[in-house]
Amino acid sequence: MSDTHAESVAYVRDTMLPETPPPAAETGVTKWMKQNLFATIPNSVLTVAAIVVIYFLLAATLPWILNGIWNATSIRECREILEGATGGCFAVLSDRWNQLLFGFKYPSTEYWRPALAFLLLFVAAAPVMFFKYLPRQLLLFTGVYPFLAFWLIWGGSIVPPLLLLLGFVAAYVAFKALEKRGFGVAALGGLGVLIVAIILAGSIGKIEVLRLEQVQSRDMGGFMLNMILGTVCVSLSIPIGIALALGRQSDMPIIKWICVVFIEFIRGVPLITLLFVANVVLAYFLPPGTTFDLIIRVIIMITAFASAYIAEVIRGGLAALPRGQYEAGDSLGLDYAQAMRLIILPQALKISIPGIVNVAVGLFKDTTLVSVISMFDLVGMIRGPILASTDWNGVYWELFGFAALLFFVVCYGVSQYSQWLERELNTDHR
Amino acid sequence: MTTLTDPPQESFRPSMLLNDTRYRSYTFQFIALIVLISIIAYLGYNLVLNLRAAGLNISYEFLGEPAGYDINQTLVEYTSRSSHLTAAIVGILNTLLVAFLACATATIFGVIAGVLRLSNNWLVRKLMAGYVEAFRNVPVLIWIIIIFTIMTAVLPAPRAFRGEDADASMILGSIAFTNRGVYVPMPIWGPGSMVVVVTFILSIVGVFAYRAYAKKLLFDTGKLLPMGWPSLAILFVPSILMFFIMGQPISLDYPELGGFNFSGGLQIGAPLIALWFALSIYTGAFIAENVRAGILAVSKGQTEAAASLGLRPRRIMNLVILPQALRVIIPPLISQYLNITKNSSLAIAVGYADITATLGGITLNQTGRAIECVLLLMLFYLLISLGISAVMNVYNNAVRLKER
Amino acid sequence: MAETAQMQVSDEIAIRIENMNKWYGTFHVLRDIDLSVHRGERIVIAGPSGSGKSTLIRCINALEEHQKGRIEVDGTVLSSDIKNIDKIRSEVGMVFQHFNLFPHLTILENCTLAPIWVRKIPKRQAEETAMHFLEKVKIPEQADKYPGQLSGGQQQRVAIARSLCMKPRIMLFDEPTSALDPEMIKEVLDTMVSLAEEGMTMLCVTHEMGFARQVANRVIFMDQGQIVEQNEPEEFFNNPKSDRTKLFLSQILGH
Repeated sequence: MSDTHAESVAYVRDTMLPETPPPAAETGVTKWMKQNLFATIPNSVLTVAAIVVIYFLLAATLPWILNGIWNATSIRECREILEGATGGCFAVLSDRWNQLLFGFKYPSTEYWRPALAFLLLFVAAAPVMFFKYLPRQLLLFTGVYPFLAFWLIWGGSIVPPLLLLLGFVAAYVAFKALEKRGFGVAALGGLGVLIVAIILAGSIGKIEVLRLEQVQSRDMGGFMLNMILGTVCVSLSIPIGIALALGRQSDMPIIKWICVVFIEFIRGVPLITLLFVANVVLAYFLPPGTTFDLIIRVIIMITAFASAYIAEVIRGGLAALPRGQYEAGDSLGLDYAQAMRLIILPQALKISIPGIVNVAVGLFKDTTLVSVISMFDLVGMIRGPILASTDWNGVYWELFGFAALLFFVVCYGVSQYSQWLERELNTDHR
Repeated sequence: MTTLTDPPQESFRPSMLLNDTRYRSYTFQFIALIVLISIIAYLGYNLVLNLRAAGLNISYEFLGEPAGYDINQTLVEYTSRSSHLTAAIVGILNTLLVAFLACATATIFGVIAGVLRLSNNWLVRKLMAGYVEAFRNVPVLIWIIIIFTIMTAVLPAPRAFRGEDADASMILGSIAFTNRGVYVPMPIWGPGSMVVVVTFILSIVGVFAYRAYAKKLLFDTGKLLPMGWPSLAILFVPSILMFFIMGQPISLDYPELGGFNFSGGLQIGAPLIALWFALSIYTGAFIAENVRAGILAVSKGQTEAAASLGLRPRRIMNLVILPQALRVIIPPLISQYLNITKNSSLAIAVGYADITATLGGITLNQTGRAIECVLLLMLFYLLISLGISAVMNVYNNAVRLKER
Repeated sequence: MAETAQMQVSDEIAIRIENMNKWYGTFHVLRDIDLSVHRGERIVIAGPSGSGKSTLIRCINALEEHQKGRIEVDGTVLSSDIKNIDKIRSEVGMVFQHFNLFPHLTILENCTLAPIWVRKIPKRQAEETAMHFLEKVKIPEQADKYPGQLSGGQQQRVAIARSLCMKPRIMLFDEPTSALDPEMIKEVLDTMVSLAEEGMTMLCVTHEMGFARQVANRVIFMDQGQIVEQNEPEEFFNNPKSDRTKLFLSQILGH
């Protein structure tokens, strides 16, 4: 024992300690439950309360869903089959799915067209949504998609949308050719070519090639109408929103105030008043005798609505950029259009993507408001033709549950995508 | 003798309108102004032509004419012989009523759900996440209609409460949920009730005074008085005492079943309940996310710094976390209030007589004065929005962190 | 080395500033500035913060507008004509305190952006030039990375290369080392020194007095928006004339 020096501080370990498992109570399910469910007494009370809530939710819905009737022709038949037991009458969905999805006027032989357009939407959106992982060439299809979808959904000859597409291509080529001479010249050149193309498309567009049965705008309905309004208005509102945001950031007071008044006005009123404008007021401001489809008037107003919100999101993105970026662009001799296009907007838009997606989701949900001005979107179809029919009068839960589910799937999916993208961009070379 | 050598004053050339920084911005603004004026002129010209063709003019005289329709839920006196203007005022008050109620309850839902989402209880966290996602991702219109449907199609009719062996019964014998709305007891303000009310208001002031005194005592002497129980006592005891001293002036008028319907009590219509509840629970989901983000925005370092100073968890929450989190939470909270006000316009879908349903709905349809009605409607919402933005600016300026 | 540097200065005037004044609102930032810079000359501008030295060099490429007086760069008088401003900016390179690289573009793209869009040089050729200058600032291997992946010193060297790619005849440096960690200052200063040795006309706002001694032909001391003293570096440091200069030098060299 004499070689033990209690007062000595020097110490050398000669054998390393092996790794040992923690005490038994601290592992596995027990530990997890103790930490996450029953850590303290109030916590345990909360857990029990949560279990009760979940029990009641399941007790109310599960038998209703599992016991559901999928095969019947009316609510009375459902009730006969159920004989008083709890169960949903999902037969209304199998009976009226076509009306819920496509409205009640779209010709049933042509359902494959909007369905195909819907599927192709994913193909078209993918290169934009996953721009890092997919080859840029796929963007070509994204460019073609609007014209293809228009032809598929509205039908008619393929010539007008094709000519319009060619017009856009020609305008792009003209823009690229003139770009080195300055943005203004190039934009004017591109616009000129586009106008010529539109006039051409109008004059020789009568040629009947690959004709599909034509469907009028007012015959669009169901969830398809929500999808059309959502995608069209969001796509149109992004460029307008960018222009408004740049205008609001401008140091030219008149341009700035025009944008401020527009944005704040739109943001200050509910969408429904704008839909009233589309429904009953807009016609007064158009040349006498013009008859616009209601759907086009609605698209105009919803686009205006969405652009104001998107402009504010993008303004936030612009404001987040340090002044140095503008100065660096200036000091290299870039002009305003070049600095914006090459330096400022790519960065500002990237910051704004989550905000833009939020606006898009909100807008998509708001497309249900068109049912208030008696358009037959998904909600309009349910409240109108379906619930009013003698067969299905009283089948509330199944129908609204179905509508809620459809919207949930789309909106939840998109917002999950947005969160994924946000994480992706955060780790992005920074 | 100094010679000014300013940039050479060139004579004006037209190309300078585009290339000279001094004139360039005027050129663009002038073009923008011309375009704007032409658009307005074009729209105005069309308007004049259309109005002439329809034999109409812009006039607000219709506001003075009798409305000729009934409104089931009104806060001020209104009959079908009242003017359209009165109908609009009824609508405005109804909008403000539902917006106010929904803001209050949405805040409660949102704060509870937001805090619970950060709970260390796994099950509660998941449950709240489910609530937030389910309500955020489904259109509010669908929620309004679903809840309205529960109110009207699922709840029993008043006559179900009749008889010895009734199908439905009143909760606590005083509240009845029926498909015509909810009947609750209505307080009757007897003589002397004002004294009780004033006492209660004074008690609220008293609570603040007591807390200020306790704080002062702490700062001056370091002595800490208890805060919780004394506050509660000051709030309620004097009012209850006064209630009995004045001889119980406030009584409740209970709803009673007479014939096929309830009489007495206060009837809250199904549309109001549906709208109120749907807006609160929908917006509550958004507020929950704001609350969660606000609390998460206060960095963990703040908690650690406070804990290392020896503060206890409750004090850390009250003195360090909340003041900072509120700065982050309140601005989006105010814009959620604005959203509630704007979304309350969906009342028209369930027949609640708010301003959109009266002025923008029935009045518009009856008089055909589309432009005037929609204009007034937008003006009302704009004023509300501007008011709320003003409040928000005042708040933002007041709490802005003092930074270099 | 100072002597060899002296010899490269030509008689040609690169920048001539006459009686220039600038106000921010009512605040008089620059007062009666007169300054001529010869081609090949290296000038260091020093002074306390808020003395207007950054504003002075930012006026030269019109990042700030001056209200009175005359600025002539390479024979072009700075006016409010946009083409005129763009011409001067493409002749004058600028390096900022906070680098101001474009974070969404790679190093190579940062360097080729302006040559392609402003000088209209074909992409291939612009990339060759860019690689040449990246080699010169000794980071060609980083060409495909993004600015965020580089250290501060590397970023600042890229910023110098980015300016050089425009083949400027004059370089302006606005406190290029102030935002850098001490161990990175040297690599940036080395780059600037080698640039000076090649005879580039340079105006540097900097607190690096060692750099001033080594490469400057002239040191300018500014205070309260005015040029207080200018002299050759030896004289300036060893024998300052003005009291303000003495105070300033004692403060920055005092420890």
